[in-house]
Amino acid sequence: MGALLAASGSASDFPILNALIFVPAVGALVVALLPRSRPDLARPVGALFAGIAGALALAMAWQFDTAAAADAESVGEGFQFISQQSWIPDLGISWHVGVDGISLWLVVLSSVIVPIVLAGVDPHHDPKPYTAWMLLLQAGSVGAFVALDLFLFFVMFEVVLVPMYLLIAGWGYDGRRYAATKFFIYTMAGSALLLVAIIATAVLGSPDSGITFDLVTLAEGQQLATNAARLCFVAFAIAFLVKVPVVPLHTWLPDAHTEAPTAGSVVLAAVLLKLGTYGLLRFGLYLFPEASDWAAPVLVTVGVVGVIWGAITAAMQRDLKRLVAYSSVAHMGFIVLGIFAFTAEAIGGGVIQMVNHGISTGALFLLVGMLYERRRTRQIDELAGIQSAAPVYAGVFTLIMLSSIGVPGLNGFVGEFLILIGSFETRRWWTVIAATGVILAALYLLWAYQRVFHGPPAAADRQTADLRKGELLTLAPFVIAAVALGVYPKPLLAATEPAADCLVMHVTVYSADELADPADPVVVFDGCDIRDSACSAGDGSGDRVDDTAGDDH
Amino acid sequence: MPPLDELFDETFASPGVDWWVLVPQIILVGAALGLLLVASLAPRALPAWASTIVTISTGAATAITAAIQWTDWGSAPRSTLAGAFVSDGFSLLITVLVGAGVVMTALVAHSALDRYAMAPPEFAALLLASAAGAVVMAGANDLIVLFLGLESLSIALYVLIALAGRRASARESAMKYFVLGAFSSAFFLYGIALVYGATGGTNLSGISEFLFGTVRDNDYLLLAGVALLLVGLGFKIAAVPFHFWAPDVYEGAPSPVTGYLASIAKAAGFAALARVLYVAVFQQGTAWSPIIVALAFASLSVGAVMAICQSDVKRMLAFSSISHAGFVLVGLAAIDPDIVDRLWANFAGSVGGAADLGDGVSGAVFYLVVYSFMALGSFAVLSAVVGSSTDPDDGTSRHDLSRYSGLARRRPVLALAFAVLLLAQAGVPLTAGFVAKFEVIRAAVGEGVYVLAAVAMVTAVVSAFAYLRVVLAMYAPDGASVADDDPPTARVSRPRWGDLPLTTVLAIALAVAVTFVVGVLPQTLLEWSADAALSIFP
Repeated sequence: MGALLAASGSASDFPILNALIFVPAVGALVVALLPRSRPDLARPVGALFAGIAGALALAMAWQFDTAAAADAESVGEGFQFISQQSWIPDLGISWHVGVDGISLWLVVLSSVIVPIVLAGVDPHHDPKPYTAWMLLLQAGSVGAFVALDLFLFFVMFEVVLVPMYLLIAGWGYDGRRYAATKFFIYTMAGSALLLVAIIATAVLGSPDSGITFDLVTLAEGQQLATNAARLCFVAFAIAFLVKVPVVPLHTWLPDAHTEAPTAGSVVLAAVLLKLGTYGLLRFGLYLFPEASDWAAPVLVTVGVVGVIWGAITAAMQRDLKRLVAYSSVAHMGFIVLGIFAFTAEAIGGGVIQMVNHGISTGALFLLVGMLYERRRTRQIDELAGIQSAAPVYAGVFTLIMLSSIGVPGLNGFVGEFLILIGSFETRRWWTVIAATGVILAALYLLWAYQRVFHGPPAAADRQTADLRKGELLTLAPFVIAAVALGVYPKPLLAATEPAADCLVMHVTVYSADELADPADPVVVFDGCDIRDSACSAGDGSGDRVDDTAGDDH
Repeated sequence: MPPLDELFDETFASPGVDWWVLVPQIILVGAALGLLLVASLAPRALPAWASTIVTISTGAATAITAAIQWTDWGSAPRSTLAGAFVSDGFSLLITVLVGAGVVMTALVAHSALDRYAMAPPEFAALLLASAAGAVVMAGANDLIVLFLGLESLSIALYVLIALAGRRASARESAMKYFVLGAFSSAFFLYGIALVYGATGGTNLSGISEFLFGTVRDNDYLLLAGVALLLVGLGFKIAAVPFHFWAPDVYEGAPSPVTGYLASIAKAAGFAALARVLYVAVFQQGTAWSPIIVALAFASLSVGAVMAICQSDVKRMLAFSSISHAGFVLVGLAAIDPDIVDRLWANFAGSVGGAADLGDGVSGAVFYLVVYSFMALGSFAVLSAVVGSSTDPDDGTSRHDLSRYSGLARRRPVLALAFAVLLLAQAGVPLTAGFVAKFEVIRAAVGEGVYVLAAVAMVTAVVSAFAYLRVVLAMYAPDGASVADDDPPTARVSRPRWGDLPLTTVLAIALAVAVTFVVGVLPQTLLEWSADAALSIFP
């Protein structure tokens, strides 16, 4: 397997990805076994373990061989730091992990954000179980991002539900019981059919040598019949779209975000939502290229509806946290649009936007949480003129807000710009509509800012304390990342672009379908490992003609 | 195995007995009888710990013997008593499970005997007798022997429930179980009669040979008989629509007995069902597989929907147990529509299809083992919760959801164990419950029964809601937001494990350990159940 060969050249022998999963998991165990009389130890110990994993993740990003990634000729070859151990050999299930340019920065984001919020946000009660659940959350989400085995991915994808559920239920606000249950049931309902589809993919799509759940083998083999692949894709897509979430399936998100404790909201926004879009890329496009192409018109539409719907709904919110939650819906809609535009720019932009959304929305949730700590309210009506009482807080809020809006020079701009450019080539009118979402984002965020931070402050507003040193330290990584990646996004792009290229190539080859404008030199076919038999597979070309005809109206 | 004619000629010659095959049954029955004898002859009442130790060691001895037999003999069938009883991988795995179930039940019951005013030696003897019945059912290769096993299992259980007769609920429960159980036994007997009429024998392999070896005008009589057998066994496994007794009986019975009822009694019923379907009337697969599919559909959906309506945790677990029975049925129902062709090919000696055919049964066996531990553990938790607090005086039931409210604060470890067992039943990955569901669904998908697989997963989500309600009650009780700092007075002192009976703790720990170990490293149990499943195919 080419993937294995690629690994030997680029990575040291230390199984760094396994460490990223097991260090937090062991940390959770250690925290759970701490003596009952010392609850104060839980957070430092937990943050230490999470921090070690975070440092390892940064080291991994440093070691990631971008040159090798650029040389990869198929998605399977792009994986690095691979580690593969047999797990359930009878079923062809193995512990197979690896990162490529698509998952690299998501892994780093997940590993870094948990220690920050663990150290920076006070749970107020029962720190021991809280810390243990947070660490498990970190282990599970990193596991989901690096899994290259369908079974392993499903395990991780489902396992993160439990800690998140208990965090919301145990440390959340008034409506936490309802919100936690809704979150769990929505996601589980989405993934009920995912399990059936995973098994069907493995049973029907495995090579003759025996059943396997290995992603690379299944995706590079492409042995599923067209109709079976489309059905399976639908099941996969539903599971991921619930997680993203896109508009008709999004109603769990505002509740979960609003009722979750601050740290829970941050991780939910920064990490868990990405599981949906990441899943669409890794297990949608890669595993079912032809079916993705077939379903793209619907998914692009759903994404654009999310952009507009999320923005309008966010503008109507009275609760600041709910507003941020709905802004997530809008941002994630952008990413869905980018993914299903099938251009390297749009997909790369989507990946970058995933990371940037994690940074900016995570920071917004932190800021809203800090405001709640001071005022015990998140109602926009009850806040006014905070700027004069807490200028530093207002300053940080402004910067993060601008990054969320996508102002050039800050991180949010890079991803959105790439998505819009890339999508414009293949999905012109959808892109035009989505672009208005950028304006709407400015509208709802600036309007909320104006109401909360300007205006005549009441007595309570005047006493709002400014940021403390600890809080500033917690926010500092977010601010630095927002500025740095806005000014110099190359580290993100260098890893992401080749992976996105390969993925687009993969989809193009297997969907046997020309892009809307063949003159566009988006994809270079020369380096691609084209399988002759596969190129003639699929019958989506007729659909695409209709689509492009529709575009011109 | 000689042809049928020869068998009949030899009726009056006493059949050869392979005593080694019968050792597990002999251990169980011997211990039960010995215990009764000693208890009745002893001048003073036997202390509870004595009979508990005897029960535990008997259960362990049974399991170990069966395990040794399996290692020594492999999975190939060894029949004895003129082919009426067979010992193969399948029966031995179920025997090991029954032995483990006896150990767990005895552990949990030890502290509850006093509470329910049950006499220890009688309880132990009945438990062992019913276990002997279960083991006989697992290995029965003759409908009459199967019926004997079924009756010894059931009759012992009727009395076991009635033993807690000081409580009206237990008396009612025993009566209900007895009347409906006797009713279902009658169905079963009538089914045996019809099958005998149609095939001229009661031996399961004999029936199969007859069906494969003859050309018949029609199979009406046989199918009527099979339908009646299914009704009889359907009662035992509490499959919808034969489930009406289950919630009431489960609720009224003492929790340790309920755990046994939900796990071992059910496993024995499924073992018998699998053997009847896959050994005796294998050839009629096209006829019975739709029935099993329908039973699975009904059990899955009714069990899940009714579970979310319950406010009593014990009743909720009873309905969820019905839904789990549905999952096992999915495994048994996972047969390709073109089964008959493959059966013929298989019978003619081609091994090609056999490995594939075993998938469904293997998934079902895996599910049974895993579910038994989860059920035994869950009911052990129930027993511990009730045993550690006084009865409610506000008219709510003993297992009302409100009694579990805030359990995570009062008993964090017990609550965590219960949460693990509940989430495992919901099918959360890294627990055995997930692998079990995965196996069953894999078998269904592998055989092309996609709709059943999809329905099973959807109902799993519905019942997840029922489990989550309990978890939520334990971890996030109703009341003020806990996001604000707690006043220090709200922290009640947390009793530790110390005040819970050690035996119950041990049983819960065992169940949780199995749930985790099998969840993370399922390969061994998967191999065992695949072995066991293959051994029952002709």
